[in-house]
Amino acid sequence: MSRTNAFALLKSKGKKSTKNKSVFNISPYLFVAPFFLIFSVFMLYPVIYSLVLSFSEWRAGETTFVGLANYRQLFGDSIFWQSLRTTGLILIVQVPVMLVLATAMASVLNSDMLKARGLFRLGFFLPALIDLVTYALVFSLIFNEGYGLINQGLSLLGIGAVPWFSDGTWAKILIIIAVTWRWTGYNAIIILSGLQTIPKELYESASIDGAGTLTSFFKITIPLLKPVLLFCGILSTIGTLQLFAEPFVLTSGGPRGETNTVILYIYEKAFSSFNFGLASAGAYVVTTIIAILAYFQIRLSRGGEV
Amino acid sequence: MYQQKEFNKLMLYVFALIGVTISVFPFYWMFTASTLQESQIFKVPPTLVPSSNFADNLARLQDSWPIWRALFNSLLVSGITTVSTVFFSALAGYAFAKYTFKGREPLFYSVLLIMMVPTQIMLVPMFIIMMNLDWMDSYLALIIPFLVTPFGVFLMRQQMISFPNELIESAKMDGCRDFGIFFRIVLPTMKPACAALAIVTFMQQWGNFIWPLVVVSSKEMYTLPLLLSMMVQPGQIVQYGTVMVGSVIGLLPMLILFLVFQKHFVSGVFGGSVKG
Repeated sequence: MSRTNAFALLKSKGKKSTKNKSVFNISPYLFVAPFFLIFSVFMLYPVIYSLVLSFSEWRAGETTFVGLANYRQLFGDSIFWQSLRTTGLILIVQVPVMLVLATAMASVLNSDMLKARGLFRLGFFLPALIDLVTYALVFSLIFNEGYGLINQGLSLLGIGAVPWFSDGTWAKILIIIAVTWRWTGYNAIIILSGLQTIPKELYESASIDGAGTLTSFFKITIPLLKPVLLFCGILSTIGTLQLFAEPFVLTSGGPRGETNTVILYIYEKAFSSFNFGLASAGAYVVTTIIAILAYFQIRLSRGGEV
Repeated sequence: MYQQKEFNKLMLYVFALIGVTISVFPFYWMFTASTLQESQIFKVPPTLVPSSNFADNLARLQDSWPIWRALFNSLLVSGITTVSTVFFSALAGYAFAKYTFKGREPLFYSVLLIMMVPTQIMLVPMFIIMMNLDWMDSYLALIIPFLVTPFGVFLMRQQMISFPNELIESAKMDGCRDFGIFFRIVLPTMKPACAALAIVTFMQQWGNFIWPLVVVSSKEMYTLPLLLSMMVQPGQIVQYGTVMVGSVIGLLPMLILFLVFQKHFVSGVFGGSVKG
């Protein structure tokens, strides 16, 4: 046994790492090198460059510093505010509705009374497999205003056709329905994994104490699920704030820009009007909003009993 | 009491069946519509059973859109980026988990930071970089920026941190060098984590939409989601039969992947994320 190896072994007893301080080792640098090459050129640098751009005007490859002009223009643009309101509205309605549905789904999947649970789980999970463009296309067919299945079904019930695409409010509802369809099963599977960690004895002793199904659901299940629900809430909030493919494919932001989301706004500013400075400023505003919301949600989860 | 329990059970099944129907029906309608003629899709009352028009729709799709080229492009881009992400993430993750080296902390914090930043923030700078490199409308633009992901490194580090140090030490004593230890001892035990990361990465790349939309302009470079979205761009006569054939072609690889790797799927999509 060589001296350095013995030394390393001795050190590793006390420390978690297997590092040997006496000799410079190039291996870890070689291990991270390929990752860091791509990472710094295509991720780290763009994030910093984007911040610079948000304070500049970009014209034919030349950037000129313009101070806060982009941010001023952004906050003075009523279309930006409209896109922010639309995104916020979808967020406030969609995330809670989906989490309630997902919790219900997960509870059903967790019940002993249900046979063929694997098959049901598979069915619920299926929407999480389809890519965003494809499912938006399927939804545009099903919700087609003239002869789509949904409107035909509604006419059969005597309700009449719903203007899913030509009315701003209904178009927003359509997007909420679509997003909920795509992500509820996904969240249900996460919540299910949380449900399965709750010991069955808790429910047994609660039922001996005379608690009904509903009481134990609200007094045992929900409090113990809180961390998982918050995790889902944070993920969904981040995802909804980045909504793009659905309004792009399904409604093209219409009618009259009423389903224009923030990312769609940024995309149009960047690649239709090539106002890179304004688009970068918008991207930083969205990132800041996401950071603030995530921060509060994490604080909320720490503040709870868990 | 007995009746109450039977009633609960009934309600449970009713709820589960409604849920599954809503989840599965759009898939059924997608497959069915791909076999129907345009007039059948929008008939009153609707044709709800498959017909025999799939080949016809496929032929029309092939005539007007490079669907097989798009399938090839999607497979190529997703395949290369998945293999590369898994391999380089495992390498870097191992270094972060099992070595202390100068600069480790700031490097790892930068990975965490970028992981939390929404990717749209990089869109404009990346577009400028692609123009400067003259990579627009090429495989380079679709592949190179996605060869690694911060999430991959994070996931691999979390998985490898619990790998027993004693094994690494005894391998060292047997004369195994750093790279040998990684390839012969650590990597083989990380197969489940690699499979999970591979599935997440492949799925992400398969559905990647906004980036191809930004950098691709010629039809030959279309990926599947991009091609499908172009088929319904405003100002065109949308033929839903052909669009649904394209959708089926785009969905099948994911379905096959899911059925083969079902176990890794659930742990992959959630294992990395729920652990914390």
